Amino acid sequence: MTSTQASPDTLSALDRPNSYIGKSVPRPNLDRLLQGRGLYVSDIELPRIAHVVFVRSPHAHAKIKGIDASAAKRMPGVIGVVSGEELATVITPWVGVLSHLKGLKSAPQSAIAIDRVCWQGEAVAAVVASSRAQAEDAAELVSVEYEELDAVTDMRSALDPAISVIHASLGDNLAFERNHEAGAVDQAFAESDEVVEAEFVFGRHTGVTLEPRAVVADWNAAEARLTIYQGTQAPHMVQNIAALHLGLKESQVRVVCKDVGGSFGIKVHIYADEMATYALSKLLRRPVKFVADRVESFNTDIHARDHRCKGKIGVKRDGIITAFEIDDLTGIGPYSMYPRTSAIEANQVVNLVGGPYVTKNYRARARVVFQNKNVMCQYRAVGHPIACSVTEGLVDLAAMKIGVDPVEIRRRNLIADDAYPCASPSGLRFEQLSHHAALTKLVAMMEYDALRAEQASLRAKNIHRGIGIASFIEVTNPSAAFYGVGGAKISSQDGVAVRLDAQGSVICQTSITEQGQGSESLTAQIVGSVLGVSMDRVRVILGDTDNTPYGGGTWASRGAGIGGEAALQATKVLRKNILDVAAAILQSIPGELDIVNNAVVNVADGAPRVELSELARIVYFRPDTLPPGIQPELMATRHFVPREYPFAFTNGVQASWLEVDTDTGFVKLLKHWVVEDCGTIINPQLVDEQIRGGVVQGLGAALFEKCVYDERGQLTNANMADYLVPMAGEMPDIDVGHVISPTMESELGAKGAGEAGTAGAAAAVTNAVNDALRPFGTIVTEIPLTPQVILTALGRI
Amino acid sequence: MKASAFAYARATSVANALELLSVHGERAKVLSGGQSLLPAMNLRLIAPELIVDIGQLAELRGIVVKGGVLTIGALTRHADLLKSPEIATHLPLLKDAVAHIAHPAIRNRGTIGGSLAQADPASELPACMLTLGATIIARGVGGERRIAASEFFAGIYETALTPQELLVAVELPVPPKNSTYFFHEFTRRHGDYAIVGLAALAAVEDGRFDDLCLGYFAVRDRPLLAKSAGKLVDVAVTSAVLSEACSALAEELDPLEDQQATPAMRRHLAKVLLTRCVASLLARRDLCAGGPA
Ligand SMILES: Cc1cc2nc3c(=O)[nH]c(=O)nc-3n(C[C@H](O)[C@H](O)[C@H](O)COP(=O)(O)OP(=O)(O)OC[C@H]3O[C@@H](n4cnc5c(N)ncnc54)[C@H](O)[C@@H]3O)c2cc1C
Repeated sequence: MTSTQASPDTLSALDRPNSYIGKSVPRPNLDRLLQGRGLYVSDIELPRIAHVVFVRSPHAHAKIKGIDASAAKRMPGVIGVVSGEELATVITPWVGVLSHLKGLKSAPQSAIAIDRVCWQGEAVAAVVASSRAQAEDAAELVSVEYEELDAVTDMRSALDPAISVIHASLGDNLAFERNHEAGAVDQAFAESDEVVEAEFVFGRHTGVTLEPRAVVADWNAAEARLTIYQGTQAPHMVQNIAALHLGLKESQVRVVCKDVGGSFGIKVHIYADEMATYALSKLLRRPVKFVADRVESFNTDIHARDHRCKGKIGVKRDGIITAFEIDDLTGIGPYSMYPRTSAIEANQVVNLVGGPYVTKNYRARARVVFQNKNVMCQYRAVGHPIACSVTEGLVDLAAMKIGVDPVEIRRRNLIADDAYPCASPSGLRFEQLSHHAALTKLVAMMEYDALRAEQASLRAKNIHRGIGIASFIEVTNPSAAFYGVGGAKISSQDGVAVRLDAQGSVICQTSITEQGQGSESLTAQIVGSVLGVSMDRVRVILGDTDNTPYGGGTWASRGAGIGGEAALQATKVLRKNILDVAAAILQSIPGELDIVNNAVVNVADGAPRVELSELARIVYFRPDTLPPGIQPELMATRHFVPREYPFAFTNGVQASWLEVDTDTGFVKLLKHWVVEDCGTIINPQLVDEQIRGGVVQGLGAALFEKCVYDERGQLTNANMADYLVPMAGEMPDIDVGHVISPTMESELGAKGAGEAGTAGAAAAVTNAVNDALRPFGTIVTEIPLTPQVILTALGRI
Repeated sequence: MKASAFAYARATSVANALELLSVHGERAKVLSGGQSLLPAMNLRLIAPELIVDIGQLAELRGIVVKGGVLTIGALTRHADLLKSPEIATHLPLLKDAVAHIAHPAIRNRGTIGGSLAQADPASELPACMLTLGATIIARGVGGERRIAASEFFAGIYETALTPQELLVAVELPVPPKNSTYFFHEFTRRHGDYAIVGLAALAAVEDGRFDDLCLGYFAVRDRPLLAKSAGKLVDVAVTSAVLSEACSALAEELDPLEDQQATPAMRRHLAKVLLTRCVASLLARRDLCAGGPA
């Protein structure tokens, strides 16, 4: 590892004896999960619990003429069949807009459709019964009369005046448009030696969490309180929104989030069927459980990425890039998702294109249109894979045009490592990035020159391999600039409370959440290191709005950077408080004492003075023996949010090595490399696995995953046989390297690492496929890169 | 995703199973490994009233070689075929094919009888039965029927079996000692159903085919024993001959359109498979050089 910043001469709060920072310690929750003792929402059983199954629209767009539930209501075990109108008596509709996304519009959305359905899969009625099987039996007997309406499915024609408007009150199908212009774009293109254009097409896909979305809502009429057990990334956001639309105070809603089987951004939104479940519990005055089945998951979990983006790049003969221009179009389904909105991905594309490069000349347009398909919203690495594939695809096309090696053109154009702080052409501010150090490291890791030689010798044997490179930037640690300024009640700050218990162990409550990425582990590592106690003495509590400080949760690669810093600051205070008491007990002064290995020791000679357990005993049970005037505070709370930079940008570069069978169009991934810079690394294994997992999701997008809709708006592959998730058999080895440029915004110095892998993987693969296809004079700019796409490009079929 | 309510009976003998089937007919379904039946029930694509579980009928499980014929009981699991020394010795083609069926968890439960009765056009085993000249043995209350594999498969999920019959075994002639084989399929991911697949058995003498059986799958509504194989037998195979065979093959296919491929792509891939198969069986790399016709 190389560090781009000099290490401080004094020991920091983290760099202490027995520090866990930078160590691959096993996660504290592993035993529990591996022994099957996790607690997922579907495991939760409550007295009088009922199960809800939703009757869903088979049409993409239709009027609801009538619902006849009489037969269903007579079925065994049925507690109620509830329509959208009936549910509207307990829950209000919502509109997914944010004020800082100027002009963004959407229509009111109800928990269950009223009068009209706008996508195949939208709920039209809820059947509540004593078991899921009984509810499914009854649901088959609910008869709904529909009158089919024209469905808007192709985003390219959604804005045609001849095409019907989905929400008449909005006037047209345009949800959002953003235009951006920086520098002197036309002049730059005019002065370029070559200008290259291409259209990049991205398939709609989705997150496919192992555990589907699941909710248990428990309205306790006696307490006038709703407890929501839900696998969510943002418990306080769910609390706020459930309260708002059920007419409750936030204090009347508790959100409990135990174990979560994967989220990837799928579980950071508010879904209509989840809102309906909260409302049903209130209406029926009993606990109600909703667990999406796999078909429902495909039809209702947010989709992402459905973009068509035209791109243009100008380049000089010496390899200097002169300008980027893009025109992005995306279709988001019939509603902007609540509360984060569905304009963020397109907005990110505008923000991020060209981001790693020096040129300041940049023009962008993004248009977001409504369609009668499932809703689209933020999924891991929002916008990044689009921006990265467009940027890096254009850079490679430019390199090809002027005959410069792909590594070389990046060396000539990436922002220099000593040029920071600086800003991107879209105005994003960078504190410290390390594109060149990362590229140099990548080239060494992959033995680039040797690989090129191997590629050349295999060509002679009719074996076509390709190398693809993709530099990227990643948005992490977002401040209030993401959602708060737009009016959403989504906290960008996080809080941590730490306290010493009566036997010298530590209880830590944090507002970040855990869905498998290691939030619990990194929090315990930080607390243990800063306090000087072993990790097994630190118990981390997360995911409970009654029992954690207020905060945002885990999304946008923010848990470690924001929640981790709050943990660090809270623990520093606790440490000081402990040393103050210790000094009083030991008749010493705090500055001469330290905490190491669960005991207070002398700074000077390390001699143990008092065990933390003994100190806690005195404080809690014999405070009478303390000197007068001392009031120990063995609990401390701190909150943190970045203030200086709206986002902590990270950077990195990926490479793919693959083989294209030009007879069959099949692509075999041989190897993948990533070098990334997430600042301080708390747990190298967790970071590497985040990168690898992210890469695999990016490779899924590149080769396999696509929600296939027909022209009538029917999702035709809503099952695990036809929707291809990437599987281990097709994944290459993924080597991960790091450059470390800590952010100075926090003492911890950690930026995020959750989305870097997904950001650049598809771009690297597409570039590698085009590199392999070079002798055939064809270019592919559509993902997933299916055999059908490649054979078509090769003119074989 | 819960199956509709159904009744369940565990058959105590083959006779008992046949009795139940004759009483309940189309309203009943036989349960073997459950790897195709249960997903279909959970998706409510089918809703049988009665499940006749034959899983305990040990007499239907096992592999016997006698007088140049291999008999495989219907309940023999995919995993049993993979591990069987008899299969490895006498029918290595079948072993290769089974390794391409799904994943270990599914192979541990799925059975040969279930796979053949299911008759998925993209399945490996039905095509192997054609290539290997199998006879399928069906039993009803009235006795046994012996059905040639070429007569057995009738369409997508359709066979010559009646709802009252049980597939009890398959018989496979042991191929001659000098025979060679080729198995390959194109799938997007390991374990997926094939986009196009080929199970071939050949007798090669002096660089020529004395005999060649090409069992294709996923090229139409049922497996296909390609007649165009005849164009390659008893001739010196040149690029031109191969190219002609490829064209004839394309004529024989009637590929379906689905998520994975258009008919044109399936035709193309079937030709690639033929080219690679012939090049491999004759050990003639040169035949691959120009790609398929
Ligand atoms: C994820 C997944 C992937 C798969 N991939 C593949 C693949 O790549 N290739 C492939 O070939 N298969 C694949 N399969 C299917 C698998 O091979 C099944 O084992 C096989 O199709 C059915 O065998 P079974 O014993 O499970 O039959 P069951 O599911 O029990 O029965 C299937 C059908 O056959 C009938 N039946 C079963 N036994 C008999 C009998 N003795 N007589 C009369 N009727 C009978 C049943 O009534 C039912 O209609 C896959 C399955 C899964 C779940």
